[in-house]
Amino acid sequence: MHVILFVVFAGFCLGGAINLLLQSHPINSALSLIVVMSSLAVLYLLLGAEFLAAAQMIVYAGAIMVLFTFVVMLLNAGREERTLGSRAAGIIGFPAVVALLAVLATVLLRTRDLGTAALSQGITSTEELSTVLFTKLLLPFEVTSVLILIAILGAVALARHGNGDSGGNQERTEAK
Amino acid sequence: MTILQFFLWSLLKVVVVTVVMLLGVAYTVLLERKLVGRIQNRWGPNRVGPFGLLQPLVDGAKSFMKEDLIPAGVYRPLYLLAPILALGCALISIGVVPFGEPKIGPGGLDLFEISNVNIGLLVILGITSFGVYGIALAGWSSNNKYSLLGSLRSSAQLVSYELALGLSLVGVVMQTGSFNLRTIVEKQAEKGIATWNIFGGMQFLAFFIYLMAAFAETNRSPFDLPEAESELTGGYHTEYSSMKFAMFFMAEYANMINVGCVATLLFLGGWTSPLGNLIPPPQNIFVHALMPIFWFVAKVFAFLCLYVWVRGTLPRFRYDQLMQFGWRVLLPLAILNIVGTSLWLAYR
Repeated sequence: MHVILFVVFAGFCLGGAINLLLQSHPINSALSLIVVMSSLAVLYLLLGAEFLAAAQMIVYAGAIMVLFTFVVMLLNAGREERTLGSRAAGIIGFPAVVALLAVLATVLLRTRDLGTAALSQGITSTEELSTVLFTKLLLPFEVTSVLILIAILGAVALARHGNGDSGGNQERTEAK
Repeated sequence: MTILQFFLWSLLKVVVVTVVMLLGVAYTVLLERKLVGRIQNRWGPNRVGPFGLLQPLVDGAKSFMKEDLIPAGVYRPLYLLAPILALGCALISIGVVPFGEPKIGPGGLDLFEISNVNIGLLVILGITSFGVYGIALAGWSSNNKYSLLGSLRSSAQLVSYELALGLSLVGVVMQTGSFNLRTIVEKQAEKGIATWNIFGGMQFLAFFIYLMAAFAETNRSPFDLPEAESELTGGYHTEYSSMKFAMFFMAEYANMINVGCVATLLFLGGWTSPLGNLIPPPQNIFVHALMPIFWFVAKVFAFLCLYVWVRGTLPRFRYDQLMQFGWRVLLPLAILNIVGTSLWLAYR
């Protein structure tokens, strides 16, 4: 049962990712990204990470991607132009990809024992997760929040830049 | 229980709950028209059947038989996908809502809940956050300025109020120590109304925030700016007709019911009676099974009446007022509520 679900949703994930690159319309790409993120959530669930799955759904698929689509709609971005690809990509890109894959493949094939990740080896409850987060990993957790704070300050500073002290802009920033 | 039995039982439960939900949606529309009619000193629909009780069926038939127009300039795939997405998301979240006593079916089966998920509350919030896409895509793909404005308003409004909505529920979760909706209800059942989260749990501020955010989340008056007919003709569903319009309409009312269910489970003691565990459960198995459902439906019904009452009474907010209220009033209040609850839990 778990293996079937894994195969189905891993397929969705890969299909969405490929579709994301192939689509020429930004909104289709955004929607493919939503598919990728929600199938990732299901994969987390299969690994027993319930809370992570829910957070992935709410934060990434629900909130961040809404902003993506929001921006696409607001800017009314048009269709991408199809080009044959730049020459640099042809000359450097493909050999680079081949080299990278070759390195990865050799490394993976060299290692005898890759270890296993069992599907649904019990469920990590939110309690355990928060215990780890607030005891062992407290410092990284708090440092991350400072990082996010810096991002917020940067956004506010950017949005205020050049608009003086007109009140109307503040709401727009907050809404973002 | 074998896997086949499990599958069949689940299928049965899904079908029954979906049918009841759709009927509930249809009759919520009638309830609204009737109640708003009485508030405005008129009768409301009263021609089809006794007291107009068959009106929803006739409305449904009308929607089916209308011509299904697809305007020329729309972006077809998304235009067709949007109503399905909206209604689908609205109907899915009832799947984790428990509405009756646990383990009452044959062989200790949970008859009154489709699935008992450990993180039920988060699942509901996650599905709710997906509901935005239906509206956003409908507005964008319609290729109409009113639709686009409506859906932009709606996206901004939903994203803003989702925050306050989620934070208002944190207090309840902290008190219970669980995301499981059953656990949350059972914790409230101890002394009946005295241990309901809204009274005994001291979460009335959270309930107020939840109520306001829920009105905004379901695009209902006084926050129904995405479809403000006086300025946007119809908002995001301007270009939709017949059954596709009806799907948006049903999604809105299904969302109302969902919000009512969550409020009932989290603040009003779920399926337990106002006396809770103070009185022993009745001996008769049928009474024991049906009384909780009665209480659950009664509470949700009261919530829906409140919705209609507010709609019939309050005028619409302006858009900047809506945003100010969400970010400058509700969000700080919600954070304050979390701080207050944690202090109370720490020092009581």
